[in-house]
Amino acid sequence: MVPLSWYLILSAILFSIGAFAFLLKRNIITIFMAIELMLNGVNLSFVAFASHWHKLSGHVFVFFVMVVAAAEAAVGLAIIIAVFRSRETLNVDRVNLLKL
Amino acid sequence: MVHQALFIFFGIICVAGAINLLLQRHPINSALSLVVVMGALALIYLLLGAEFVAAIQVIVYAGAIMVLFVFVIMLLNAGAEERSKGSHVALVLGGPGVAIVAGLLTWVMVHSNPQLGSVAIGPSDFGETHAIARLLFRDFLLPFEVTSVLILIAIMGAVVLGRKEN
Repeated sequence: MVPLSWYLILSAILFSIGAFAFLLKRNIITIFMAIELMLNGVNLSFVAFASHWHKLSGHVFVFFVMVVAAAEAAVGLAIIIAVFRSRETLNVDRVNLLKL
Repeated sequence: MVHQALFIFFGIICVAGAINLLLQRHPINSALSLVVVMGALALIYLLLGAEFVAAIQVIVYAGAIMVLFVFVIMLLNAGAEERSKGSHVALVLGGPGVAIVAGLLTWVMVHSNPQLGSVAIGPSDFGETHAIARLLFRDFLLPFEVTSVLILIAIMGAVVLGRKEN
């Protein structure tokens, strides 16, 4: 028997590390991986609550989150390739044409 | 007791992989530590009795999505991350901000521990694939079909974005 709060704390830690990596990292691919880490943290709390209340809807929601993450990865990596073609860099600090 | 020990073991692997993702400079090292995080999470899902979710975590996340990442890293020949000489606002404000959010969440969960109760290892009839399939193709049929449209649009978007411009 593991307390439900342990799962939620692990989920919060993973989400926070993902958010910090999102803020700190300068490589666009690593930033994208930080987003995936945050999605994984949220998935963990979905599954923990589903097991706690014996409702399978949580598992179905995780399935949908994974589908959206796969779609997001496909489109996002295509955008990264397009950015690299036009700017020749992966550093987000150098992709600054919209800055005043 | 065994359950708790396994949870702590895999939880530590998870957090260590996530911190390694943060500390590594080269994207391929970050990608491989993210694979470690996803594998450990799949084992935690198995501890929760979610067999189907654990399987698709390995197949879709650690398999398909991470292969896509590694492939793009290889395709773009991404080198080590260069240190930017710009402002350190993200480090100075982001670090404490994220620490405060994580601390608050942990505090709330520790204090609501008695109401939340605990999770046993899932009974064998919970989290089975056919039960999820029944739910997915009956109650969630419309969202399921909408996700297939979403995937189709994502494929078309990836093709259009990845095309060479003439």
